[in-house]
Amino acid sequence: MSAILEEILAQALQELATVNDLNQLDKVRVHFLGKKGLFTLQMKELGSLDPEQRRFAGQIINQAKDQFQQQLEACKARLENIALTARLASERIDVTLPGRGQSVAGLHPVTTTLRRISRIFGSVGFKVVEGPEIEDDYHNFEALNIPSSHPARAMHDTFYFDAHTVLRTHTSPVQIRVMESEKPPLKVIAPGRVYRCDSDITHTPMFHQVEGFLVDTDVSFADLKGVVYEFLRAFFEKDIQVRFRPSYFPFTEPSAEVDIECVMCNGEGCRVCSQTGWLEVMGCGMIHPEVFNAVNIDSEHYSGFAFGMGVERLAMLRYGINDLRLFFENDLKFLEQFN
Amino acid sequence: MQISEAWLRSYVNPAISTEELVEQLTMAGLEVDSVEPAAAKFSGVVIGEVLSMQQHPDADRLRVCQVAVGEAEPLQIVCGASNVRVGLKIPAALIGAVLPGDFKIKKSTLRGEESFGMLCSEKELGLASDANGLMELASDAPVGVDIRDYLSLNDTIIEVDLTPNRADCLCVEGLAREVAVLNKTEWLTTQVEIAPISHQDVLAVSVEATEACPRYLGRLIKGVNAQAVTPHWMQERLRRSGLRSLGPLVDVTNYVLLELGQPLHVFDAEKLSGNITVRWAKTDECVTLLNNQVIKLDNEALVIADDKKALALAGIMGGSDSAVNDETQSVFLECAFFAPQAIAGKARRYGLHTDSSHRFERGVDATLQTRAIERATQLLINVAGGGAGPITELTTRAALTERKVVFLRRQRIEKTLGIALADEHVVDIFQRLGMSVQTQMDGWQIIPPGFRFDIAIEADLIEEIARIYGYNNLPNNSLLMRSELSPATEAMLDIDRVKDLLVDRGYQEAITYSFVDEDIQKTIAPETEVIRLKNPISTEMAVMRTTLWCGLLKAALYNTNRQQNRVRLFESGLRFTIEDDGIHQQKMLAGLVLGAAYTEQWGEKARKVDFFDCKADIEAIFVLTGCQVKFSSAQQSALHPGQTAEILSPHGERIGWIGMLHPNLEKKLGFDSQVFLFELDQNLLLNKHIPVFNPLSKYPSVRRDLALIVKEDISASELINCIKGSAEPNLQDVIVFDIFRGKGIEEDSKSVALSLIMQDDTQTLTDTEVDAIVSRLLTLLTNEKNAKLRD
Repeated sequence: MSAILEEILAQALQELATVNDLNQLDKVRVHFLGKKGLFTLQMKELGSLDPEQRRFAGQIINQAKDQFQQQLEACKARLENIALTARLASERIDVTLPGRGQSVAGLHPVTTTLRRISRIFGSVGFKVVEGPEIEDDYHNFEALNIPSSHPARAMHDTFYFDAHTVLRTHTSPVQIRVMESEKPPLKVIAPGRVYRCDSDITHTPMFHQVEGFLVDTDVSFADLKGVVYEFLRAFFEKDIQVRFRPSYFPFTEPSAEVDIECVMCNGEGCRVCSQTGWLEVMGCGMIHPEVFNAVNIDSEHYSGFAFGMGVERLAMLRYGINDLRLFFENDLKFLEQFN
Repeated sequence: MQISEAWLRSYVNPAISTEELVEQLTMAGLEVDSVEPAAAKFSGVVIGEVLSMQQHPDADRLRVCQVAVGEAEPLQIVCGASNVRVGLKIPAALIGAVLPGDFKIKKSTLRGEESFGMLCSEKELGLASDANGLMELASDAPVGVDIRDYLSLNDTIIEVDLTPNRADCLCVEGLAREVAVLNKTEWLTTQVEIAPISHQDVLAVSVEATEACPRYLGRLIKGVNAQAVTPHWMQERLRRSGLRSLGPLVDVTNYVLLELGQPLHVFDAEKLSGNITVRWAKTDECVTLLNNQVIKLDNEALVIADDKKALALAGIMGGSDSAVNDETQSVFLECAFFAPQAIAGKARRYGLHTDSSHRFERGVDATLQTRAIERATQLLINVAGGGAGPITELTTRAALTERKVVFLRRQRIEKTLGIALADEHVVDIFQRLGMSVQTQMDGWQIIPPGFRFDIAIEADLIEEIARIYGYNNLPNNSLLMRSELSPATEAMLDIDRVKDLLVDRGYQEAITYSFVDEDIQKTIAPETEVIRLKNPISTEMAVMRTTLWCGLLKAALYNTNRQQNRVRLFESGLRFTIEDDGIHQQKMLAGLVLGAAYTEQWGEKARKVDFFDCKADIEAIFVLTGCQVKFSSAQQSALHPGQTAEILSPHGERIGWIGMLHPNLEKKLGFDSQVFLFELDQNLLLNKHIPVFNPLSKYPSVRRDLALIVKEDISASELINCIKGSAEPNLQDVIVFDIFRGKGIEEDSKSVALSLIMQDDTQTLTDTEVDAIVSRLLTLLTNEKNAKLRD
């Protein structure tokens, strides 16, 4: 190696040793390897040598250049690493700070409950139908086998607009409306608001019901029991005890009330179930022949069952809500608990 | 209906516990609401007799008594009650007795006199909430016998919540009959002795309303002692059924009502003028009832009248003018069958509900009256003395609906219940229920007994089988139903999706009452006619809402009054309006926002929510439906005149409103910040555009930005619509990216910065082509909107 070349290499390595950032490193690179760099100039001088010497001298320069380049790469890697470490340190954030942007809210627990009920029945082909809330006396009572003097009218605490127009007291009129306009087989659930002229700690003048009914040939009480059992087990996601008690509704015969094992005490007896271990959750029965008559469905050929349940009650049991009135105060502190 | 268990068991006494009995009743459809002990828990109290009594030497109000308690020696007991006297029989708590409230009786010394027990009042034994001195027992009460046994206090009161079809169980006999059926055992009917006729006086009775009153029985009982004391056993049975003792004459009729289920009435015979008539009331005739309520009658009210006036509302309540009292000496005892349809609903019309109307409107056994009047006579004479006259009976056979034969087809049982039952089993169930059964080829002819008003059709008989067989013993079929594929309607968006979107954008779902305060309703929508409830529960819930905003504003206030300064609510539900063609019930979706645009968070400057935040939420809904709606500046009385838009469908129908609550209303309702509201008609909102595929262009798009100066009254949407209406085939989109007012812009003008996105499906657009499009659009904007390019 020529003395000049050795000097250049020594100078280059020395300059490399003093470099402490990537900018400086680049300057050193250009100084020695750029178009007018010292190594590049050495290469350019090769042209003046005869071919034999040129090859030899070229090898020497390349060796020195390679040596420098290796050092340069190592230095670059080191500096990049330092720079990255510094960047990472400078970009460190407190990941425990909350995220930003719009918050997400939630549905009313009654809606959530209604959706679950609809989904369970929807999975076996029940379709959801809604009806008017201002209803006529005929659909709310007469067609359901509750004539005006019937004692069961007293059980309904009806809101009136005039002698023939009421706020529906149950979702059962939807049953009539569907059967008037469609022919069996029918599989329908009818959720919605209902109204009773009653307000105290356990009653609000408005609440929600889901009416369900199925009409086909050869539908029996055993089918009703099966559907109700399976629904309640699906709703409470539990192999819950269910019992049927004879009861009375003018629009079904036979009629039953359905009790479930108290979900608060698992049937042991508590305040919620008045120590009985059972909770009444729905009414049901086989559709009364008079109801079929009112809608011109032949009760000899078709039979059907209907059931009705209070949505707030199911929501209260499901979520442990202890005061019915909370549902309609719309206190955000209440609503947000169900988000 | 509540009843003493011991009384019930005196008719039928199966070997089952109270719990089992109650369970049995409930599961047979006679739901037991409550089971309470007839008396509070206490022990160590026996019947005592005051043998002698001396004034306490040191206390004016105390007496020192020697009391026989059935032991060899009488006990010395100090007593302060004013009614203590020699010979009186009283409950005596012995030493070691424990009274209600865990009150233990010990030997004590009262002002120097020893006392070995305590003489008790009804209150101290927990039998009454109040007492005036010691409880006085009958003179024949056996000394030394435990008071609990003597008064049958080891009893429970069973309250049965009967459904309207089971009027037959509104009496002890009815319940006993049912218990016997359930336990396959016999029951004892009440033994009725026929009272001897001691005089021949009668009151003439005529029944004009024979359809309403097919049977009327009456008799005069003379010489009764209205001041006699009702025997303790009768008073106790009445008390355990929740009835107060009202003197022997009324007590006896109440007792027979509870025993047999037949309502009776006693008139003071001396207060009657002439004959008794059962008739429809005359219009505007008045009667003063036993509760002193004066009611004005009409010709739909059935009355019992004498020659002068209406005396009583038949089957519902007697009148005060002919009522018995302490001085009564002769009574006219009435025992009738009133047809359910003649009584049904009548009591309710006058705001009444009585034990009598409750039974008649549900149905009383029409064969019961003779037995019931004899039973009442027997008890009345036993308790209050007197002598009975002959019974006057008026029966209109034709008006008595005979129990109809109901046919039950064998195959219907299985068809309805899903289970086939052996014939013997079926016949056995009906016979035990007191029905007459005749077996035929394919079923049974059944005649229900007179007390079963609810058995009229085949389905009723099937229910009886199910009830006695046990609902829970019937099979459960698992869901094997005919199924069809349900259509997945795409042209209608599911409202649930919209609700989810709003929830995801921070709206909490509310459910508010459909009826609202008329004042609030009028404040928000003064020009809309409202539908009023005839019988509202309160003025706050008196009219049907014509907009969901009424409830949402109230809910928002509820929350702002409770330190919530950011409220975002929505509700889905009906609004109710009245138009020329009647009542409209429209499904709406409404929302309300107030307070900060975002929850308080670090790193972002807090700002109040504004019109455009709210608008973005609505625009997001229309992204879901793919519907190109128009927001057009409009006026709505509840909203700020400068910040209101109506939302129009592509066909020009108004889908709804968005805007800021009018500052006047904001103040009037009590908000201290701006409120933004929207309300959309769900029927129009949910129409969904079914997408149609457009081929994708392989060529790049070009963007050109323009800043236009226009007059203030030119809206952004006018500019956009003008550009979009230009029929430039390569124009893809227009975006507004800035609005500027101020330096360099004239006072009544603004600068609107627009971005035009252009693309061709077949080639890359050249600069020349793009310039040509932009220039054509500029000319159009200049001509139509007087827009100038900002330099």
